[in-house]
Amino acid sequence: MKHSLFDLAGPVMVGPSSSHTAGACKIGQIARALFRGTPSEAKFTLYGSFATVYQGHATDKALLAGVMKLWTSDPNIKNAFEIAKKKKIKYEFIPHKISTPEHHPNTVRIILSNKKRKLSVVGSSVGGGKINITQINNIPIDLEMIAGRYFSLLVGHINKPNLLNPLYGKLIDWGCPIAGKQTFSLKKNSLTVLSIENFALKLPQVQELEKMPGIEFVRALTKLLKF
Amino acid sequence: MKYDFNNCTELLKLCKKYNLPISQIAVKREMELFNKTKPQVRDKMKQIRDAMWDAIQKGIKSTEKSKYGITGGDAKKIYEGTKNMGNLLHSKVAVRAMAYAIATNEQNARMGRIVAFPTAGGAGIIPGVLFSTWEHMKSSKRRMLRALFTASAIGVAILEKGGTISAARGGCQAEVGVGAAMAAAGVTEMRGGTPEQCINAAALALKNCLGLACDPLGGLVEVPCVKRNAIYVNVAIGASDLSLLGIESYVPMDEVADAMMNIADNMWQGIRETALGGLAITPTGIKIREKMGLKPLPKKFHLKTCKDCNKCRL
Repeated sequence: MKHSLFDLAGPVMVGPSSSHTAGACKIGQIARALFRGTPSEAKFTLYGSFATVYQGHATDKALLAGVMKLWTSDPNIKNAFEIAKKKKIKYEFIPHKISTPEHHPNTVRIILSNKKRKLSVVGSSVGGGKINITQINNIPIDLEMIAGRYFSLLVGHINKPNLLNPLYGKLIDWGCPIAGKQTFSLKKNSLTVLSIENFALKLPQVQELEKMPGIEFVRALTKLLKF
Repeated sequence: MKYDFNNCTELLKLCKKYNLPISQIAVKREMELFNKTKPQVRDKMKQIRDAMWDAIQKGIKSTEKSKYGITGGDAKKIYEGTKNMGNLLHSKVAVRAMAYAIATNEQNARMGRIVAFPTAGGAGIIPGVLFSTWEHMKSSKRRMLRALFTASAIGVAILEKGGTISAARGGCQAEVGVGAAMAAAGVTEMRGGTPEQCINAAALALKNCLGLACDPLGGLVEVPCVKRNAIYVNVAIGASDLSLLGIESYVPMDEVADAMMNIADNMWQGIRETALGGLAITPTGIKIREKMGLKPLPKKFHLKTCKDCNKCRL
């Protein structure tokens, strides 16, 4: 893959570390975008170097700020705990000292929940503000994002052949080009990632897709394109 | 793909073929590869330029210390020193560039807003060198943008050649070294250098940063990162001066980038952003760890002084 000028120049961010602060904030943002709606509880399990140096690098504040939709360049990341108190979001950090070999050194598991639903996301920050999402709802996945440059549509569904054909049909009707698709499965559940170029779905459209049979959730990661 | 390049030699060829400076080739490549218009690319770089300037202005006025009180307040001291040069040896441009570099990195350490250019640890060099020279030359804002594009183009060429900008992979040479090379190229273009001179300046700067270890105290991006940015500002300025005086790097830029990766591959894990070697395990480094409340380092990682082993005394 080709590097952009702005992989080097940027991101505009709040310090002190591009992988421990900006990357962590981005993982939080993606978890929030996947959750859709306000969580009342957020639980963060930290692994590897996140677990050992998270206080010095403000990883905890950045993660919580990301979950509350703050940008990586927002100076309010400093006051994330106070903002969370105002918004009545409960938070908890669990440093997990044992680093498992399958995880990158900078890894976090975020569990967001409210009365209606619950979501877990595992993400790693791989340096220079680049991140990688490795699990969604315990389904292993490989969602690499450099500053959220790609627009993707995530579809969670039951593991059944040809289930998604009507969904593809609808997308083609709307004139939405599908550049690539990848399916990840674990037992009965599957997760399909569709890469889409130069097209943004609106919320009613996403909700319409969600009502189709066999589909658990549909999430569009549009907002992160703003970077 | 008319304007795509994978290393500095190809970049130089493109410059000669179309008779354009490096900055223009970089803009055209970005437009071509990512389907953007010229105003989009320029506007994004303008935002980055303004964010850099904000960080510098806040940094040179603030005396606030960082969270553990290790750094803070030095930028103001240096900046006030430039008003009365007295018996300083460096030119005003270099001293002011050091002040700006420290300002940016101190702002980073106290959780202010900065631009990671190329990364947060080496974020001071490019704004320091470029803005100080820009003020000295009373240059236009447009020229500043061009210098930033040139700097990014050198970074892209290093990445496409298989290089890295992550200290966890290549040590500090990949952050501060690449930053110095980018700054040297940018400032050379700002001073009216040809593309050859720009790439030559980058090669001279990167060549003299090879082998730099990443050994921050307690894993914090503060010591030696903040002051290292200030010292390597001088490397970038020196490389640019030498290049404009007609000195050529004997080893071409692409080979220097390969050499950097060779050193990165052979570098010991302890001096690659893990805080298990170098300055991080000195008695001062261990004191910082205690202050931060980290778990104590295993004895085998502690710095061995000459008294510990009596072999040579026999």
